[in-house]
Amino acid sequence: MEPQFRNYSSQQASGPLHVLQLENGTRTIGVIHRLQAGKQPSISAQKKTNRRSGAGDQALFSSVYSILMQQLPREPMEWRRSYGRPPKMIHLEANFVQFKEELIPKEGNRALLTFPFLHIFWTDCCDTEVYKATAKDEITKWQNILKAYSSSDWLIVVVESDAKKKNKTNILPRTSIVDKIRNDFCNKQSDRCVVLTDPLKDSSRTQESWNAFFSKLRTLLLMSFTKNLGKFEDEMRTMREKRTEAGWSFCEYFMVQEELAFVFEMLQQFEDALVQYDELDALFTQYVVNYGAGDGANWLTLFCQPVRSWNGLVLRKPIDMEKRELIQKNKATLLDLRSYLFSRQCTLLVFLQRPWEVAQRALELLHNCVQELKLLEVSVPVGALDCWVFLSCLEVLQRIEGCCDQAQLENNYCHTVGLWSYATEKLKSLGYLCGLISEKGPNSEDLNRTVDVLAGLGEERPETANSPQSPYKTLNEALSSVEAFEKHYLDLSHAAIEMYKSIGQIRSAQLLGKDLADFYMRKGEPQIAETYLQEALKTYQAEGWPLLISHTRKQLAECQKRLQQTQNYLQTSSLLAGDDKLTETERIHFCREIVKLAKQPGSGQDDRLLLGMEGFVQLKSLCFNPVCAMVHVGGVLDVELTVHSLMPLPVHLDQLSVHLHLTVSKDTSKRSAEFGGRNRNANGIFLFPSEPTGHPFPRNKQPFIELYELYDRSPSDSSLNSSGIICKNMHLLLRRQESNTSLERSSSLAVEDAAYALRISDILLQPGINTIHFKTEAKEAGTYTLRQLCASVGRVQFTLPHIYPIIQYEVYSQEPQLKVEPMTDSLLAGISQPVKFTIQTGHYTVKTGDALQLSITDTLPILHSASSTATVSTNGGDKISEAPLAIQSSGKITSITLPQAADYHQIEFELHVICHMPSTLPTAPDSERPSTDLKAIRKAHEKTKLDIPCMTSIEQKISIDCPWSIYSTLISLTFNIPFNAKHLLLSSGRRKYLQVCVRNLSDIDFLLFDPQLVKVSNSSELSFVSMNSLKQQHMYSKQVTFFLWEFKWSQEPRASVHCQFSVDFTPLPGQELGSMKPFTYELKLDNFCTLYDVKAEIFPPLGAEMCKMGTLCNLEVSIVRLSDITEVDKDEALVECDGYCTTKLMYEVVDNSSNWAVCGKSSGVISMPVSARATHKVHMEVMPLFAGFLPFPDVRLFKYLPFQPSPSGQMDTDSWIENDSLSLDRNLDDQVESSSLRSRGSTHSSGSSEHKGVPMPRLLPFSTGQVFNTSASMQILVIPSQDDHMLEINVT
Amino acid sequence: MGKIVLCVAVITKENYPLYIKTVPMENELKFHCTVHTSLDVVEEKISAVGKALVDQRELYLGLLYPSEDYKVYGFVTNTKVKFVIVVDSSNITLRDNEIRSMFRKLPNSYTDVLCNPFYNPGELIQSKVFGNMILGMMVQVC
Repeated sequence: MEPQFRNYSSQQASGPLHVLQLENGTRTIGVIHRLQAGKQPSISAQKKTNRRSGAGDQALFSSVYSILMQQLPREPMEWRRSYGRPPKMIHLEANFVQFKEELIPKEGNRALLTFPFLHIFWTDCCDTEVYKATAKDEITKWQNILKAYSSSDWLIVVVESDAKKKNKTNILPRTSIVDKIRNDFCNKQSDRCVVLTDPLKDSSRTQESWNAFFSKLRTLLLMSFTKNLGKFEDEMRTMREKRTEAGWSFCEYFMVQEELAFVFEMLQQFEDALVQYDELDALFTQYVVNYGAGDGANWLTLFCQPVRSWNGLVLRKPIDMEKRELIQKNKATLLDLRSYLFSRQCTLLVFLQRPWEVAQRALELLHNCVQELKLLEVSVPVGALDCWVFLSCLEVLQRIEGCCDQAQLENNYCHTVGLWSYATEKLKSLGYLCGLISEKGPNSEDLNRTVDVLAGLGEERPETANSPQSPYKTLNEALSSVEAFEKHYLDLSHAAIEMYKSIGQIRSAQLLGKDLADFYMRKGEPQIAETYLQEALKTYQAEGWPLLISHTRKQLAECQKRLQQTQNYLQTSSLLAGDDKLTETERIHFCREIVKLAKQPGSGQDDRLLLGMEGFVQLKSLCFNPVCAMVHVGGVLDVELTVHSLMPLPVHLDQLSVHLHLTVSKDTSKRSAEFGGRNRNANGIFLFPSEPTGHPFPRNKQPFIELYELYDRSPSDSSLNSSGIICKNMHLLLRRQESNTSLERSSSLAVEDAAYALRISDILLQPGINTIHFKTEAKEAGTYTLRQLCASVGRVQFTLPHIYPIIQYEVYSQEPQLKVEPMTDSLLAGISQPVKFTIQTGHYTVKTGDALQLSITDTLPILHSASSTATVSTNGGDKISEAPLAIQSSGKITSITLPQAADYHQIEFELHVICHMPSTLPTAPDSERPSTDLKAIRKAHEKTKLDIPCMTSIEQKISIDCPWSIYSTLISLTFNIPFNAKHLLLSSGRRKYLQVCVRNLSDIDFLLFDPQLVKVSNSSELSFVSMNSLKQQHMYSKQVTFFLWEFKWSQEPRASVHCQFSVDFTPLPGQELGSMKPFTYELKLDNFCTLYDVKAEIFPPLGAEMCKMGTLCNLEVSIVRLSDITEVDKDEALVECDGYCTTKLMYEVVDNSSNWAVCGKSSGVISMPVSARATHKVHMEVMPLFAGFLPFPDVRLFKYLPFQPSPSGQMDTDSWIENDSLSLDRNLDDQVESSSLRSRGSTHSSGSSEHKGVPMPRLLPFSTGQVFNTSASMQILVIPSQDDHMLEINVT
Repeated sequence: MGKIVLCVAVITKENYPLYIKTVPMENELKFHCTVHTSLDVVEEKISAVGKALVDQRELYLGLLYPSEDYKVYGFVTNTKVKFVIVVDSSNITLRDNEIRSMFRKLPNSYTDVLCNPFYNPGELIQSKVFGNMILGMMVQVC
């Protein structure tokens, strides 16, 4: 498809020669030489004529011509360009033409194509004579002509041949001819004359001269070309600058700039050529824009002729000569100019291998042309532009197809698809115009229009006449009949849709699909239309474009109506009726359609039409009454449902029902806890999630993600094992998206079998908010889950398949229950206290005469008073009635007659009970037995525990027979004893006293009176003298009270005395006395009579008045036996000798406070006579270590028992260990020890294993009261030593 | 001279319209279609650049969709919120610069809308200030 340029050249031997013309088709446009660059396919050149002038050597030029033509383009030349354009390597190619004066362009002629760039004079003159005679004249004449045209681009070639030289004998040296010529003509331009030696020979000299010649020729040729091109461009610019002047012609300028483009094209500089056209394009566009802005150029009106021909773009020819001529003659219309410009741009772009740019530019061009015609207010016949655009689109597409293979085309759909869809659009509008898109076919008016449209196409162009598929033929055929149109239209549409899909532009494909749907609807084929509409609707829904959804649904409704898809039509209608994007009238129309169809009797047996609820009604909120959504069996539950009706008219519902699912749960408590915790709100109102404000369409059908906190606690101690978040509706979220089922189709609408349902009949649903009450009587226990909502209108049933969020209510059945609880935190024994009885009737109805039978032990009498009443209330806590209680006691049975009460009610009453103090106190579990574990910390801990003793508790069991059960209910009440008591035996010589300490452990205050101490064992010789002055005494909470008695005996009392302390009490503020038993405390005293009196005395050293610090003093310990031999004394230590009894005692002086240093023996064993007033004195020395009042060191007395082998070694060992620990203690405590004890101690400490083998005596402590220490807590004044005093003074 | 900016739309990442304003109202459906279809090109452009350096992506997408009657220009934020402006193509005087300046204003106003603590992202834009800005944009070029 390259332009067919033909060169023709002429030449002359000894004469001027200039370069050539160029032929294009039938017309000569003319270029003088051709330059070739790069590897472009060579443009075929033909020699046309060889014109020679003069009688010179014709043969000379013709002989070198072929070499010239061949060799000139062989070597590339660097072409340096002006205006900073990058240099290029180009191959020069030239045509040679015989010199004629007429061919030299005159001043102002801008024809660049026919421009003679270089004038060459060829001569083979080698004879001076001949030169002088002819050649010189000829050259002169030639030069003069050139000068006259001020052309300075010339060259003289002198051809030399040895043969000629040989023939002429009298020849001058050849240099002389050249010199002469140079001398004569080449004034300072000696390079303008070259010598060509033996051009036809094959010698190195010849080659050399050729090379030199070509180099010169190329340089000069390029120089001239550059110079003249620059001049041309300058002139062109000047011309363009004049465009604002009046009379400037765009067409004229167009031709000039195009000349430049041609030159570049021939130089194969397509880019540069394209730039020229783009500049022209831009210039023209600017003028049109200016025209639109009110600045119209005169010449532009020429382009505003009415459109008469619309035969589309022509891209098959490199140059559309017809159009070019029109432009040249100022006769072109806007479409002509645009078409021509685009055809040239297209040609160049194809050369540049940029076919996709052609497609892109074509689309812009077509859009632009349509706009320009509008802007320039060019009158365009109806359909003309559609035809022009359609033809042009197809032409461009075919042109592109012509230069690309299939694979390339497929990869570049994105570039061409626009043209396809544009062509489709235009064909469609032509189809509508010509009445080809209808069920009936075109009428006569349509046919007339078709003829008019076709008339503007003119004849088919000769280039395409023979091809089977030209745009012209396509259009002609398409408009010829309805069937042909359909075929072409569908072909185009499908092609475009396929392309859009293949490049992933689904939305564009669907838009075309919607057009197709429109087409099919008009053709009366709604079933095909439906597919396209559904497809588009799916995308719109998925992406949430409300207006597009509404519109497509409207189309779909029409389609479904025609297809008689009643169900689908109703579904779509319901959505449309509730669609606020539609007008009120449209909505009412669809609403009426629903009602109308619903009333029509169905044909089959199951003629129910299931529709989705979403377009009909929206759930707003739901409210339970009672708010807890828990109701007992037989109770009434009120459900208030608030819905928003989307219908524009009030709709009468035959029935509205909520389908329920019943779950019977075994573990009701757990179930209800979980349920209650999940979505019960305090006011019992459930709100349904509404769509985001102003967004009536869900973006997708995905439900909202529902997350809950999860705590996993260990069952044993409810510590947190793990916590997390769980998604409760994962099954909905992770469901596979149904890819092919339509969203409009209600395939998922399945009405579940509703064994349980809340129903309401005959209601009128007003537009907007409606409140509907459901009342239900609970029959079966369990959890009811609201599943589906169904609204029936005639045979139409609107169904909401899932009610979300999950809403449940619970119906429970309860067993009667009896609860007995103290009114206070804890019950105290010994005083009258109220106890609350609560009866949950559950499903049992309390009838007249029903009574509770209480079996009670003696220790827990029920104190009944006439005033006690029972309260009957509902489960919710509302009081209903109050009735007096009838209580009858007979023996161990107490009968309480209950008031009448209905089921699921509550009876409450209070009874006063008293738990008598037990006569013997059970020993408290944490009794003060010191633990064998001697660890100090443990001891300290126990000590603090002992300081706050706990109350001892008594468990009391009541067995109750209830009327609703054959089994007895066993109830256990725990009573705490408010007091505890301790006693202490006090001695004063032989006199004995008993102190009883009573502690009030409870929180209330008591009044104590009548304390008594009585003997339990019968020992008449002993009597107690009370030393308690007060008859009654207040004892406040946590307080301690002491009581004291002195023992008197007539004769020596027994070793063991058992007695009981008792005190009456009453709580404060006062209660009636007498009914309560006193608090008693039993105690036992053993061996309390004083046997020995131990007295210590300290004397200052002889001569001193006072004890002095650091000075040894005398310690005298006197041990006096106070009684004669008694029962107690009869042990192993007693030695009887001559009726004279002695026993062995060990004394020990211990000073734990380290006030004294005991010198010498601190302990010893004495033999003590067992008779009254027997005295034993021990002396020892002690040294006070401090000054001041020092307490006496302790003197301890032990029984000293001889070793007695015991049958149970274990017991023995125990006593040894006891003994040992004693001595060890002393070892640690005493710094000073008696030597005997030290030796004993050392034997002990050497190893405990020896104990068993060595017979050792035992030490046994006396029991309390047996030894009276007279000097206990005595102190002696010790004065400081003198030196210390002095030192003190010094210090002060 | 008629209006130049015929339609302005704000479209979310998920491709649903947050805001769409058409002047005049009678062609609303057509413009909704056009804007929706232009998402094809927006997605193509985003994905084409996605392969190249995302950082250097220009937010202004330029002309998306030329058609006989109007031109569609697009802009996409880094968070894939799209702004689409439909311009009457009969008015050739509108320069690229003016389009660009509109696309500077639009995201700024959108950001203001988002900064409103009472606006939940993803909700339709009902801000009066935003609406007035759009109207101003449509009127100003007239």
